[in-house]
Amino acid sequence: MTVAISARGLTRRFGAVTAVDGIDLDVPRAQIYGFLGPNGSGKSTTIRMLCGLLVPSGGTVNVLGHEVPREVETVRRKIGYMTQRFSLWDDLTVTENLDFMCRIYGLDGATRRARMKDRIRSYDLASHANQRAGTLSGGERQRLALAAATLQEPQLLLLDEPTSAVDPQNRRDCWENLFALVAAGTTILVSTHYMDEAERCHRLAILDHGRIAAEGEPKQLARDIDATVIEIECADLTAVRRVLVTVPAIRSVAQLGNRLHVLMHRDSADPERELRASLAGQCADARVERVGATLEDVFVAATQLRRPDVERAA
Amino acid sequence: MIWLERLLAISAKEARQLARDRVTFGMIIGVPVLQMLLFGYAINFDVRDVDAAMLDQSRTSLSRQLVGDLQATQVLRVVREAGSERELRELMQRGNARVGIVIAPDLERRLFEGNRPAVQLLVDGSQPALEKIAQGLGSMPLLKRAGTSATGVRRFEIRTEYNPARRTAVQIVPALIGTILTMTMVIFTSGASVRERERGNLELLITTPVTRGQLLAGKLLPYVIIGLIQTTLILGVGRVLFGVPMAGSFVDLYLGALVFIAASLSLGLFISTIALTQFQAFQMAFVTMLPSILLSGFMFPFEGMPAFAQAIAQVLPLTHCNEIIRGITLRGATLADMHVPLLKLVIFLVLMFSLAVTRFRKRLD
Repeated sequence: MTVAISARGLTRRFGAVTAVDGIDLDVPRAQIYGFLGPNGSGKSTTIRMLCGLLVPSGGTVNVLGHEVPREVETVRRKIGYMTQRFSLWDDLTVTENLDFMCRIYGLDGATRRARMKDRIRSYDLASHANQRAGTLSGGERQRLALAAATLQEPQLLLLDEPTSAVDPQNRRDCWENLFALVAAGTTILVSTHYMDEAERCHRLAILDHGRIAAEGEPKQLARDIDATVIEIECADLTAVRRVLVTVPAIRSVAQLGNRLHVLMHRDSADPERELRASLAGQCADARVERVGATLEDVFVAATQLRRPDVERAA
Repeated sequence: MIWLERLLAISAKEARQLARDRVTFGMIIGVPVLQMLLFGYAINFDVRDVDAAMLDQSRTSLSRQLVGDLQATQVLRVVREAGSERELRELMQRGNARVGIVIAPDLERRLFEGNRPAVQLLVDGSQPALEKIAQGLGSMPLLKRAGTSATGVRRFEIRTEYNPARRTAVQIVPALIGTILTMTMVIFTSGASVRERERGNLELLITTPVTRGQLLAGKLLPYVIIGLIQTTLILGVGRVLFGVPMAGSFVDLYLGALVFIAASLSLGLFISTIALTQFQAFQMAFVTMLPSILLSGFMFPFEGMPAFAQAIAQVLPLTHCNEIIRGITLRGATLADMHVPLLKLVIFLVLMFSLAVTRFRKRLD
């Protein structure tokens, strides 16, 4: 068994809205698998179906070798789930929260003490041990939630936007913790809308409107991008923009400081020369250069540009 | 054993949260004491010193004696004397007098002949309980003293068992146990469970191996103890302030209260499976509370209600609770004597708890 999660045609409808639309998923063991997508793309709904909180409207799910939702109670003994919103108890202290979760997971006294001691140390919670969870900072809460999710040493961790309320330093620390868990054999499925976090995942699925728009290793996704990435440097970027709207091959334009980052269709043989020619009249000093695609380009190409493509094909 | 440990873990967590929620914790003690004082002192059917107006058309020594007797009962106090029947009616209409005493001009002859009433009592029917008082006065042998015969003779002798002094507090206070528990228990449990859902705690809890039964029973347990504390509080205050006796055994009383507490808590849990917000839960709790208080025989006799109201009352646990607690505290009944209402409570408890467990899903949809 090298696959921790496998889903086929996973679908979830809420009334007339289809939140998740026929997703196929294979999450390898002992890796970090990322869900990257904007709000409302179906990340949370998919995670909730994987841990049995929502029943799929269609499709099949297998988690750690068990059918979900049929064998959901067996699965629940083997997974840890971290909700998007902090969902431990604000009016209990750090220690009390961890102790309660240990008891809920049915750990015996000795194991309970050992695990709590270990988690408080590894997640740097010692100085807040007797502080109520409601008074912790965003980063501290996030560490506590992660500590609680790992108490029963789950084979699979499902993390729904774990770092949405956390500052950059704490986010870095969080990811160090995740890699330590993976090194110990845990499989992690994490949803995010941060590009830098997505970049750290072993594999990635880009979700858009309930479908997987692109899937693979981040590097590979960047290599395989269905677009040419060009950067234009010029003193008068407004003039450049005016010209670019008239070039049909251009799919998206984003400004980065004094440069314009441009995605173009791949069908052009020499896009740089084409662009230089178009710009020659207005801004002769423009520097046009082909660059490597970032994950953000992949994301933009996979999500924002998908529908025009479909229209064009039809 | 892990099964029980999980349940107790839930209970311990619940108790700890409760102890930290000062407002709620204060309500546990404050609500029963406040209600006791309110109900115990305010609800009083033994009316005294009702303002009365008198129209004495006879003006004899006999009529004066008669009025003296009426006042001696301390039920009436003649505050006005009317010159005419019209004036008397006006006094009553304005609310200056609740009772009008009309003494016929030929008082002595009427008393002697005994076939026509000699004194008429006009009673303000817009006020509850007053009419009963007047009826009581009417059957008083107050005219014996006048040396007359037939009118003063009582046909029945009435003795009020279990409450010889006929004090309202004795009837009210035992029924307050159930009434106050209804108010607190249903609201506490439904509120606590819904709050957990609102804050997202439930989403985390239901992805753990904890079962529905453990979760619900674990939530219930600390409130059972609170219910028993409140019962003790009400019994204590009832004894000290209102001198309410305890004719039966405390063990029976606490066992009966325990079943009622569990039944009310189950109702609260059931509400929490329907309500989406704490506000909704509170409203639903209130909807069950009002009929409970009105129909359970707490204040109004059960026997006087129409059939459909009696049928509703049968479904309400408070009705049976009042029956059991009044039986044990006042009549000295044992729990075995009270097995019929007890059984009804147990049925309500089992049904409500099962319903709550079935409706509670370890899912979000």
